[in-house]
Amino acid sequence: MLDTFALFPTEGPPPAGPLRVPSVLHLIGNTPLLEITRLSTDIAPSVRVYAKLEGFNPGGSVKDRPALCMIQKGIENGALTPDKIILDSTSGNTGIALAMIGAVLGYPVELCIPANVSIERKKIISAYGAKMIFSSPMDGSDGALELCRERLQEHPERYFKPDQYFNPHNSLAHYQTTGPELWWQTKEQITHFVAGMGTGGTLMGTGRYLKEKNADIQIVGVEPDDAFHGLEGLKHMDSSIVPGIYYEKQLDRKISVSTEDAYETVYRLGREEGVLVGQSSGAAMWAALQVAREIDQGTVVTLFPDFGDKYLSTNLWIGWKEYNQRQANMRAEGAA
Amino acid sequence: MSAQVRIPTPLRRFTGGAEAISADGATVGALVDHIESNHPGIKERLCDEAGEVRRFVNIFVNGEDIRFINNLDTPVNEGDEVSIVPAIAGGSG
Repeated sequence: MLDTFALFPTEGPPPAGPLRVPSVLHLIGNTPLLEITRLSTDIAPSVRVYAKLEGFNPGGSVKDRPALCMIQKGIENGALTPDKIILDSTSGNTGIALAMIGAVLGYPVELCIPANVSIERKKIISAYGAKMIFSSPMDGSDGALELCRERLQEHPERYFKPDQYFNPHNSLAHYQTTGPELWWQTKEQITHFVAGMGTGGTLMGTGRYLKEKNADIQIVGVEPDDAFHGLEGLKHMDSSIVPGIYYEKQLDRKISVSTEDAYETVYRLGREEGVLVGQSSGAAMWAALQVAREIDQGTVVTLFPDFGDKYLSTNLWIGWKEYNQRQANMRAEGAA
Repeated sequence: MSAQVRIPTPLRRFTGGAEAISADGATVGALVDHIESNHPGIKERLCDEAGEVRRFVNIFVNGEDIRFINNLDTPVNEGDEVSIVPAIAGGSG
């Protein structure tokens, strides 16, 4: 099978793509779409499943897109001037994106972050030179949101707050980039778009674009099955401060995923597809496979917000040994 | 043994909004059972079907993670502070 891959083409022109760029910001977007084949063996032959690998963005996540769009629009409309500090609340990936973009454009960045985000995320943000202010681990992302509001109220003149939960340019980024990319990458064949809900920006923006192209495309939101969950990056909407850019009526459906199912899907993606992702990708994949199993034909596309290297120190990997043991037992039973 | 137990926001719907409650038990497991008897529904959030602490749940006794002590058999002494902390922050995507 390997020799069918053109890893090092010896003839013809080199593959298209940006070979030289003037800044790392020019590498945001245009991420690849991966066909999922091993995890989808129980679906109808005419159903294809794809995942958009947002970990290929230079900041390592889908959040590079909205962060860049919100900052660009802030500069354009005069809200972000050179004397200001970029301030926002984030559970990690948006913080990394803002820190990276701030470093390139020369703006200081301050981020309100729940103290229990993974150590890797904190170190990455520090590496880009941004400052972190920690909120209580007991209060989740809403605690960071409150802390950020207080800080802004004290010195509103000092800051530019992209405000990813309420800034329409968050979803605009996906309307302008993620949506068209998927339309083009699936050769207009996409029938279902399945994605996790955090701010709702990915679903709202991408969904709106796809619906304009074909109103029959189903937009499916993925959320944790309970307010108390372990799916970093996702929000249980009924028990959270609902983001201002999130409109539930724009969804055709919501699917709830348990933390355990999402984690095991992460393990399977690593072992069977060779893709190491974070827990929100595991949840998205689990839901996309559920959708794919229900249909006879179609093209189901999900989105993996990032890769898994930022989560190696987290609880995600606590059940890994048991999972491996169960797999080994099943193989042994099968061989017996 | 009576300990103070700090409850994270998503579980406060079981404690009438209380951020901290008192509970009795000589071990963390006994403490969880006691909390369940006063606040039904909370244990299944903390423990799986096998009775083990769910993998995304961290429980600390005086700041020490019980996974590095003796899990649910970790002893609790009078006046200890027990914290239940979900291993997530939530809210991007």
